[in-house]
Amino acid sequence: MDLSAISATLLVASLMVAATPILLAALGELIVEKAGVLNLGVEGMMITGAICGFATAVETGNPVLGFAAAALGGAMLSLVFGVLTQIFLSNQVATGLALTLFGLGLSSLLGQGYVGIKPPSTARLDLGPLSDLPFVGRVVFGHDWVVYLSLFLVVATWYFLRRTRAGLKLRAVGESHHAAHALGLKVRAVRLCAIAFGGAMAGLGGAYLSLVRVPQWTEGMTAGAGWIALAIVVFSSWRPGGVLLGAYLFGGVTVLQLNLQAAGVALPVEYLSMSPYLITIAVLVVMSARGSKRSLGAPADLGKQFHATH
Amino acid sequence: MLRRTLLGAAATALVMTTGAFAAEHAEKTKVGFVYVGPVGDGGWTYEHDQGRLAVEAEYGDMVETVFQENVPEGADAERVMTQMALSGADLIFTTSFGYMDPTINVAAKFPDVKFEHATGYKTADNVANYSARFYEGRAVQGYIAGNMTETNKIGYIASFPIPEVIRGINAAYLAASAVNPDVEFNIVWAFTWFDPAKEADAAKALIEQGADVILQHTDSTAPQAAAAEASTDGKQIITFGQASDMAEYAPLPRVSSIIDNWAPYYIERVGAVMDGTWESQSVWQGIDKGMVEIGEISDAVPEDVKAGALDIVEQIRAGEMHPFTGPINKQDGSVWLAEGETADDGTLLGMDFYVEGLTGEIPN
Repeated sequence: MDLSAISATLLVASLMVAATPILLAALGELIVEKAGVLNLGVEGMMITGAICGFATAVETGNPVLGFAAAALGGAMLSLVFGVLTQIFLSNQVATGLALTLFGLGLSSLLGQGYVGIKPPSTARLDLGPLSDLPFVGRVVFGHDWVVYLSLFLVVATWYFLRRTRAGLKLRAVGESHHAAHALGLKVRAVRLCAIAFGGAMAGLGGAYLSLVRVPQWTEGMTAGAGWIALAIVVFSSWRPGGVLLGAYLFGGVTVLQLNLQAAGVALPVEYLSMSPYLITIAVLVVMSARGSKRSLGAPADLGKQFHATH
Repeated sequence: MLRRTLLGAAATALVMTTGAFAAEHAEKTKVGFVYVGPVGDGGWTYEHDQGRLAVEAEYGDMVETVFQENVPEGADAERVMTQMALSGADLIFTTSFGYMDPTINVAAKFPDVKFEHATGYKTADNVANYSARFYEGRAVQGYIAGNMTETNKIGYIASFPIPEVIRGINAAYLAASAVNPDVEFNIVWAFTWFDPAKEADAAKALIEQGADVILQHTDSTAPQAAAAEASTDGKQIITFGQASDMAEYAPLPRVSSIIDNWAPYYIERVGAVMDGTWESQSVWQGIDKGMVEIGEISDAVPEDVKAGALDIVEQIRAGEMHPFTGPINKQDGSVWLAEGETADDGTLLGMDFYVEGLTGEIPN
């Protein structure tokens, strides 16, 4: 056992990298759920984003274009879900699951020619002397731009939901679509926008996996990250700050347990791996013991179909 | 209402065409494959699928193959196998250790269907089991790794604590420590066969802690990509292809590989089902039969090390050398093999201990 082999600096830095894909995807899903829509297709949108971003980055040699294409790909796929559930009123749970399966298949089809190729690398931002500071330099100033974008989006999401009129409308649609409709809000349009945003964010998260964290394209490479993102939204009780905490907790446990093992610490890996899920369950139990569904923070009309009758 | 009718009609049409398709192909020998990862993983499942394609190429119209990828090890596997058996498969290959009990369970319900389970140890009247002596390839990797490491730290990404994986760790360690007594193995258990992100994280954690050689017993090429990424700033990390050649990462970081060549075995067994000579058996083939191949050793390996590694391959092929030849002690210091004694297959198949020199504990 040699704990000194673990560098706290590198640990925190790689924790942030490991958490970024699920953070992005979970933020997107947060907005979707706040609008009252449950989209279980996060995994499918992530992996579609992963291959769209990878293919574009390889073809153009520009990772930024890759991320843009990933967001676009994820958004397009999510609109399939949007049209089916909002216009044709299909069941959201079933459609979301179908979207995951469809996304996995579509991505492996698109990815046929991209196995074993190295993508152009997304460099860490060079912030000059700031990056050379001990600890802080690597942890705060030593990342690629997507990490900063994801942190910025946490703040932006919070600001949007809590401090803007559009955010208020979105929450109103999620809490009571009938009341929102009676007030003249365009429920379908708001929800479609939210769904597209969720898809774009999941796509970005997927592209971060294939372009930065791994970096390569492999079929099925998200390996359940989309489901973790869904769990994090619940864990956060639908708050952006909670999403950040949840994502870093999941990412942190993953990286920490691998580092502890590499350092030869004898510890039951299974317990560490399941700990985030246990915490999620514990959070849910504590919150639901305190009161009704409302105190959980779940939007009241989450997953309900909206059909304008007048 | 109209929409529903349309949907119903479409579904009926679909079912009818599928039915007709099935009837048309009824006389062919149908072979099913159950995969633990996607066929595009570039490693384990990819090679099994190459075997399936070889069967198709060999028998052409006389055979029909079906496969299901990404099948979790557990109850889902039983469902998939049952489905394959019900849809008329004559022979089903289940290609991961965790399918062992599901295979035995499903086989009991379909006595007329033949099953072949990879890398396990249970058989039944209609269940054969086949595996490859990957540890022979691990010995070659260990030799190269022990010679080439500069930090004397070798990282090992292990999947599940099963005999197959433990055997590989032991074989690699014995070969590495034979040429470099200072070598140290850092072992990370990923508890997955396939999760590129986690495999990459594991590789990074090992590299950050000083390992300059990464051995992997997981199926994706992610550790190779992570090693290539980490190799830029003055240090060179080397890796080995697992299950498949992973040649796209040669000559560096991938310096050699273990390739699983299942094609000859699959062709032989499908042929046996066709002419009615199939019998349950338990086979374990290695470098000698070609089931385990060593991928090309790249130019990044010094000439003398390369020659030494090829010599080991030839000696194993000729049966002159066994990777587990005494004296070998177990981790706790007790004697396992005396001087000159070689390990018997029974012990190897059930191996649940580290050899002396390895640190850490095997998780339960």
